[in-house]
Amino acid sequence: MPEQIFQFLVTGITVGAIYALVGLGFALIYNASDVVNFAQGEFVMLGAMTAIALLGAGLPLVLAAIAATLLTALVGLLLERCAIEPARGASVVTTIIITIGAAIFLRGVASLLWGKNSLPFPAFSGNEPIHLGGATLLPQSLWVLGGAVLLVSLTRAFLNRTLLGKALLACSFNPVAAQLVGINVKVMLRLAYGLSAGLGAIAGILAAPITFSSYEAGIMLGLKGFSAAIVGGIGNPMGAVAGGLLLGVLEALGAGLISSGYKDAIAFVFVLMVLFFEPTGLFGHKVAERV
Amino acid sequence: MPYDDKLQAAGEPLADAPLLEVRNLHSRYGPVRVIHDISLNVQAGELVALVGGNGAGKTTLLHTLSGLHPSSAGTIRFAGNDMTRWPAYRIVTAGVCQVPEGRQVFAPLSVEDNLRLGAYRQHHDLDWVRQEMERVYQLFPILQERRQQLAGTLSGGQQQMLAMGRALLGRPRLLLLDEPSMGLAPLLVDEIFRVIVELNAEGVTILLVEQNARAALAIAGRGYILETGRIVKTAPAVDLLADDDVRRAYLGY
Ligand SMILES: Nc1ncnc2c1ncn2[C@@H]1O[C@H](COP(=O)(O)OP(=O)(O)O)[C@@H](O)[C@H]1O
Ligand SMILES: [Mg+2]
Repeated sequence: MPEQIFQFLVTGITVGAIYALVGLGFALIYNASDVVNFAQGEFVMLGAMTAIALLGAGLPLVLAAIAATLLTALVGLLLERCAIEPARGASVVTTIIITIGAAIFLRGVASLLWGKNSLPFPAFSGNEPIHLGGATLLPQSLWVLGGAVLLVSLTRAFLNRTLLGKALLACSFNPVAAQLVGINVKVMLRLAYGLSAGLGAIAGILAAPITFSSYEAGIMLGLKGFSAAIVGGIGNPMGAVAGGLLLGVLEALGAGLISSGYKDAIAFVFVLMVLFFEPTGLFGHKVAERV
Repeated sequence: MPYDDKLQAAGEPLADAPLLEVRNLHSRYGPVRVIHDISLNVQAGELVALVGGNGAGKTTLLHTLSGLHPSSAGTIRFAGNDMTRWPAYRIVTAGVCQVPEGRQVFAPLSVEDNLRLGAYRQHHDLDWVRQEMERVYQLFPILQERRQQLAGTLSGGQQQMLAMGRALLGRPRLLLLDEPSMGLAPLLVDEIFRVIVELNAEGVTILLVEQNARAALAIAGRGYILETGRIVKTAPAVDLLADDDVRRAYLGY
């Protein structure tokens, strides 16, 4: 039994790392604009599908992954520029609805471009399982974990150590003061969308060999990433990361110990409980400071 | 140009073009008109007070000057440039820096990060930023002591000092101050106003917006009186302090 639990933990952390990256994307955009971007899951899907398509077109894996990430970041930027920015001054709810519309649009484009089938993506370094104290994991899981650690660290360093990162945070802490010190809030918003889209794309590419991908893969991943951000206290980037890991582990334990049929339900019930008992999220502390 | 006539009558020089020149400015929130036909100017080196009661439109005027709120008519010229429609960041870059009402520090960031962000448009000039930060720490030694502390944990007076320091790091040619005395104990008001005078003496041009007419007019060279969005009076500060209407309405005797 302990060995089994260890296996569930390993699986859960891998899945949680993906949720963490998606949740981080949510937190970045929320930070810069108070908007929950429901197209975040679509960035994950676009990253994976674009990489699959480029690989199919004969590009080597590394190039396909980099190009897919950059292209998806560009889509994020364009989304902000063409759909969010023209609605400047609209309420947050309106903007959120725009992102839902954008998500449906991107999904539609993906289904036209790449059909409705689930498409495979080769593992980066083979499928030979690695045995680790009674548990086994795929080499791809290590890629996911390593990638997540690297991206989270980079994002964290960007936000806490660079002037540009602090300026991004400043836009959320106090938009009026941010403008008064000369921060171009418009540019910051584009930056947030581009970064979030890039992060989402990398998450999608890292996960694709394990989960495969399809035009609708973004829906569930988006919801889980959103849940991760909520659990962590939306707007708190590192909270979203912790929330993602927690969610992944809970899901894996629930699926293993109770029934895999309840996997998604467990995640969402957990989110509802967090919202009920701790509306600002488990690691949220920003609401009080936000006034 | 009625105000200019009055200024001339008051013996103010008109030789140079003003650093800030506001002409027939209007501003509103949707259908609600708040600023009506305001004209005012500030010469380089001056300390000008703009005095008005609660709700007179002082903050709206400053938000309009800083590009946070659009004007509905009129022009704002700064150092010879028409900046009426400029975005806020461009106005800051040109050297118009504001210390907003209620301090508005970045509460979850450290004192030092607040100052660094103040220099957002100057960050390339590392030497200048370091020097200016030293100068701010000399003006407000308490900020240096607390430089690693989160801005949200500072007292109201310290936050006011931080907000002023942050604006100074924007390299202001014109400093806009929105009610720096608000909510501060009299001793702290004295301290803040002493620094305002000192900055002005060092050559920073200042437009000081205040409800505290007595304190503001005591240190200003000239003053404007704002009532329900209109400028109703302008004169050298000493004359305003002696003016019967002003005394009755703003000085309470
Ligand atoms: N965001 C807003 N929307 C609508 N009316 C506003 C807004 N802000 C201020 N006002 C109104 O504009 C008038 C001037 O306000 P304000 O500029 O804050 O005055 P002051 O700074 O002199 O106290 C007030 O009547 C106020 O109610
Ligand atoms: Mg005000």
